[in-house]
Amino acid sequence: MLSNISNVLRACATRNGAAVVMSARTYADFTTQASFEVKKCDVFKLEEAPATEVVMTRDEGLQYYRVMQTMRRMELKADQLYKQKIIRGFCHLYDGQEACAVGIEASINLSDHLITAYRAHGYTYTRGGTVKEIMAELTGRRGGIAKGKGGSMHMYCEHFYGGNGIVGAQVPLGAGVALACKYQGKNELCVCLYGDGAANQGQIFETYNMAALWKLPVIFVCENNRYGMGTSVERAAASTDYYKRGEFIPGLRVDGMDVLCVREATRFAADHCRSGKGPIIMELQTYRYHGHSMSDPGVSYRTREEIQEVRSKSDPISLLKDRMLSNNMASVEELKEIDIEVRKEIEDAAQFATTDPEPPLEDLCNHIYHNDQPMEVRGTNPWAKLKSVS
Amino acid sequence: MATSLKCFLRAGKNVVSVLRPRGFHSSAPAAVQVTVRDALNQAMDEELERDERVYLLGEEVAQYDGAYKVSRGLWKKYGDKRIVDTPISEMGFTGIAVGSAMAGLRPICEFMTFNFSMQAIDQVINSAAKTYYMSAGLQTVPIVFRGPNGSSAGVAAQHSQCFAAWYAHCPGLKVVSPWNAEDARGLLKAAIRDDNPVVFLENELMYGVAFEMSEESQSKDFTIPIGKAKIERQGNHVTLVSHSRCVGHCLDAAAVLAKEGIECEVINLRSIRPMDVESIETSVMKTNHLVTVEGGWPQFGVGSEICAKIMEGPAFNYLDAPVTRVTGVDIPMPYAKILEDNSVPQIKDIIFSIKKTLNV
Repeated sequence: MLSNISNVLRACATRNGAAVVMSARTYADFTTQASFEVKKCDVFKLEEAPATEVVMTRDEGLQYYRVMQTMRRMELKADQLYKQKIIRGFCHLYDGQEACAVGIEASINLSDHLITAYRAHGYTYTRGGTVKEIMAELTGRRGGIAKGKGGSMHMYCEHFYGGNGIVGAQVPLGAGVALACKYQGKNELCVCLYGDGAANQGQIFETYNMAALWKLPVIFVCENNRYGMGTSVERAAASTDYYKRGEFIPGLRVDGMDVLCVREATRFAADHCRSGKGPIIMELQTYRYHGHSMSDPGVSYRTREEIQEVRSKSDPISLLKDRMLSNNMASVEELKEIDIEVRKEIEDAAQFATTDPEPPLEDLCNHIYHNDQPMEVRGTNPWAKLKSVS
Repeated sequence: MATSLKCFLRAGKNVVSVLRPRGFHSSAPAAVQVTVRDALNQAMDEELERDERVYLLGEEVAQYDGAYKVSRGLWKKYGDKRIVDTPISEMGFTGIAVGSAMAGLRPICEFMTFNFSMQAIDQVINSAAKTYYMSAGLQTVPIVFRGPNGSSAGVAAQHSQCFAAWYAHCPGLKVVSPWNAEDARGLLKAAIRDDNPVVFLENELMYGVAFEMSEESQSKDFTIPIGKAKIERQGNHVTLVSHSRCVGHCLDAAAVLAKEGIECEVINLRSIRPMDVESIETSVMKTNHLVTVEGGWPQFGVGSEICAKIMEGPAFNYLDAPVTRVTGVDIPMPYAKILEDNSVPQIKDIIFSIKKTLNV
């Protein structure tokens, strides 16, 4: 009650433009943690489901907010740079889907493993890449996370296996990572992501079979954003219950726009894997605001009204913000402060990404083989003998 | 301007001169500027109309109008039965396409890029290419596999590979690689009408490039014979052999060298398999020098095959210097622009190689 009064007084002071110094709200005024209700997950071949009442602390909330906002702003900046032709080639943006990446990371450790497809900038960030090196990779500079040689779809860092351009190919890879985890007995698991479009790839079903047969510690995550490029799920799949497609693998269908729902489901799934029960599938129902890539306007196969509706009713960042504000876990100003810091971080990163020099030509032929002798590489003609040092 | 031009062209197939120079009107045939994309689109449209067994399948070919808009308007015109959107299931839909060809249809199977054909390559080779032989002539497979091949701009390693050498290695397949709009139109029609499996390698960077097309090439029955190369430019000093986009680079290099008194003969292969070795040999016996130019990797490539064939034939004794191959650099394609630019043959590389070969 006291905090409410001080809130109102503070607001008055600001409105009147008065230079009255009000006592600043201390952290003691905020609720340190609160209980939230999340949507119940649909389950398949499971006796139990993830909890629907979850606890979030203020610190967690602020962190999730900051990370999601950073990802959002980073993607929007990439959009801008692409339109200015500073980023070229393919660019698949993740805005709208932030709750998936943040929710998953909240329930696993950096010592676990993760692999995804080409819509990977967000995951590169949550797995430990910096905004600076992600943006510099997009602009093809030597400070990029892959030294400018990979681009948007080929970013890697510790325990993050990309960034993969061939739809579906990352799924057997993810199961392979899980095999290595089990083999090496380190109690680590692999989160292996793919989209609703990729869900119809045969290699995924081959992978399901082997992962289940060998009880690999892999969480298959289908990020269902309703469209595989320009094809809606109804036009691509005989069954759109992606969480059931594993047939003999248990599955969860999760509200992918709610970071807490994703976090809780991931916690549940991770427990399942770590207890040696084998793989599990999580279908995250999510949405992308941008088209499939920067060369797809994204409105020839869906309506602007649909996009707008999701934005206004289900935006993951707004959902979290509303929760925190209405439970007195943060103030509007505090969140604005975070926004400003995020904006600055993105601006600085963009500045770096546009001014950092391109990779040196000497690097052209490096990184063909690991731990190998330096060798000669044929250039465009027989007289061009280029150097490759491992 | 380009859009209005396209609209104008689509308005009527018999549009007369769009870019005819003003002045004296002759009764010369009406030429028209057509992009490679539109040439492919029109060829498919005409073949779909001509033969109801022809149908197109692939990812985003129908309602999206094609990932690169090559099949624009076809679904609207022909509907779900003839223009089929598939899920992202290359191995599956390629097998389905091949099976349908075995049972009487004439599918055009589109790969969004040929990089994705690797997922389905077993169906292309083992189910399509070899079946006529294995069945001793009983079972035909009249199918066309088409899509963009080779490098583009900034699409990095997994999306930039050239598959000409891989597919041309296999008996039972025909492999064509058009350069300009006329090639695209004539070769695609020929491929669709061919009763054998044909791999049709397009190039994304060429889709938007417009070329003048003769009136003859606009005829509904205009086809280019598979297995015949074309001499795009006559010359006496050196033979340049190329396919796809690099043909344009060769012509540009030739224009530069002409100013220095070096006359290049530029051969547009058009077909990789069967390859028109005779045209190359005839040219080499005239010029005594040979430079091959391709976008793909050097090892076991198109240029390698040309070298081998020349050595096995009569033209070898006419060479005044070893054959020079100009190729992509032997590395996975990097993303950064400066690295990518230095990974593919540039006009300056071609000029340099020609001069080295001629020892000038």
